[in-house]
Amino acid sequence: MTAAPDLPDQARPTSDALFRASPSRRPRNMGQTIRWLLLFAGGIAMVMPIAYMISTSLKWPHEVYNVNLIPEEPMIENYTYVLEDGRFYLWFWNSLFIATITTVANLFFDSLVGYTLCKFRFPGRKLVFIAILSTLMIPTEMLVIPWYLMSQSFGWLDSYWGIMFPGLMTAFGTFLMKQFFESVPDDFIEAARIDGLNELQIWWTVAMPLVKPALAALAIFVFLGNWTAFLWPLIVTNSTDMYTLPVGLSSFGDEADVAWELIMTGAAISTIPTLIVFLIFQRFIIRGVVMAGLKG
Amino acid sequence: MTFYRNLTIRQKQIAWAWAFLAVPVLFYGIIRFYPTGNAILISFQDWNLLGDRTWSGLENYRKLVADPVFWKVFKNTFLYLILGTPISLVLSFIIAYQLDKVRFMHSTLRMLYFLPFMTSAVAMAWVWRWFYQPVPTGLFNNLLAQLGIPQIAFLNSTTNALPSVLAPAVWAGLGFQIIIFMAGLRAIPVSYYEAARIDGVGWWTQLTQITIPLLRPTIVFIVVFSSIGFLRIFDHVYNMTTNNPGGPLNATKPLVLMIYGTAFNDFDMGYAAAQTVVLFVILLIVSLLQLRLLRSE
Repeated sequence: MTAAPDLPDQARPTSDALFRASPSRRPRNMGQTIRWLLLFAGGIAMVMPIAYMISTSLKWPHEVYNVNLIPEEPMIENYTYVLEDGRFYLWFWNSLFIATITTVANLFFDSLVGYTLCKFRFPGRKLVFIAILSTLMIPTEMLVIPWYLMSQSFGWLDSYWGIMFPGLMTAFGTFLMKQFFESVPDDFIEAARIDGLNELQIWWTVAMPLVKPALAALAIFVFLGNWTAFLWPLIVTNSTDMYTLPVGLSSFGDEADVAWELIMTGAAISTIPTLIVFLIFQRFIIRGVVMAGLKG
Repeated sequence: MTFYRNLTIRQKQIAWAWAFLAVPVLFYGIIRFYPTGNAILISFQDWNLLGDRTWSGLENYRKLVADPVFWKVFKNTFLYLILGTPISLVLSFIIAYQLDKVRFMHSTLRMLYFLPFMTSAVAMAWVWRWFYQPVPTGLFNNLLAQLGIPQIAFLNSTTNALPSVLAPAVWAGLGFQIIIFMAGLRAIPVSYYEAARIDGVGWWTQLTQITIPLLRPTIVFIVVFSSIGFLRIFDHVYNMTTNNPGGPLNATKPLVLMIYGTAFNDFDMGYAAAQTVVLFVILLIVSLLQLRLLRSE
């Protein structure tokens, strides 16, 4: 920035400027414009299903089959109707509760295990690490039958605990946290030890604050994963009261004679919260997703 | 406490480590490893959940090989894979490659492409299901009608149903792949391209000689990640075909839906467990291929 402040752009000795001044400038700008317009059109197409979902949830029944995106007379009666029914309230609360508890459990346990495997030297370390890592290879679908039988014999069917217990810790999260604890210098931990902190205090007050970005990335993944989870909640719940939003929406949509605008309203209720969170923390979430995707 | 004080520093470390790991090790043992063994065990048994569990040896696997529905499902599952993976790979690469060159409103464009990833599969399956309805209900057929194009039977046709179910799955996963590709593109040093430009190398050669070879780890990651996703497809199929799960005529039924039906509608636990073992083996092969490909670098 400060290297050559008084030189005009073109004269700055960077290779970038060198090529900007090339004679092909004009067609390239033309190409840029076309590229931008195509990308913009594609982006609009990508959000169309979401836009139509929200638009239809605001339409009167007589207008639903009109292809207009903007409702002629927007109304919120669909929402009051669906919410007055009471079930969506319950399902929303169930999903929120389950996703929150599971996220907190993952943040706690995954980082504790990741930290221990990263910073402690003890017999059995390698074995524990490989054992946990190998569970990444086991698909959930293979475990649902034994989990169901287990829940049946312990009376966990149709309960919050039954929905939550399989996801309280994940190998993905453990591995992610272990990777990030590598960046915490051993000297910090050593210094804290000399100061007389015990190992639990060191983990919680010294190491954890240094991996906050990783914790946030993990929280996003775990929360979103549990908010949208379908197969296991579908299997383990029986009563309407215990359904999560996806299971509830699925059964609601399958009821005879439910109007499409009401299904779209239910779909919007289960989608809009995550979209709002995303729009607020956009940059942060995208960075977290890349971090988790590449390191995990 | 005196016992603890008498330990050496190293012994204290070991004690702490195992204290931290005690609950998680129990968890992984009881919730991951024991069920894995249990699933394999049940796959050799005959059990309808109410009666006795009887040993049946390889009977479930024999039944599977002889079951025409299984082979139909097997074919469907791989159709999801061999259609879904290349389509989403090529689309996400093209979009990421172009998006990487755009500065104007870059983060807005990126947001538009990423938004579907934040939706719930069940909710969007119902939205797409509505799109696919015949006139006067469905959006797509209404649009076709306005343009004067003949109607398309999306979910009611044995040939169109599978791609129709696949489309929202590809759509929802695209944003994630684009973001990962863009991170991969950013990691390639600019000096490589500068050197190429000085040598007068065209964009196609730059793409095939610099970009794609250097993106190999990213490509392998995305291929495996999306392959596993398509092999395990369930939410979209289940919700788009609730009136006739996996239909019409099993045309859309993937392996996970067959497992679900066998276990929780027919309560044929042994047979369902054998199907999960098959899924496990398929996913294991895909994961091992990934390790192979990454290692041979």
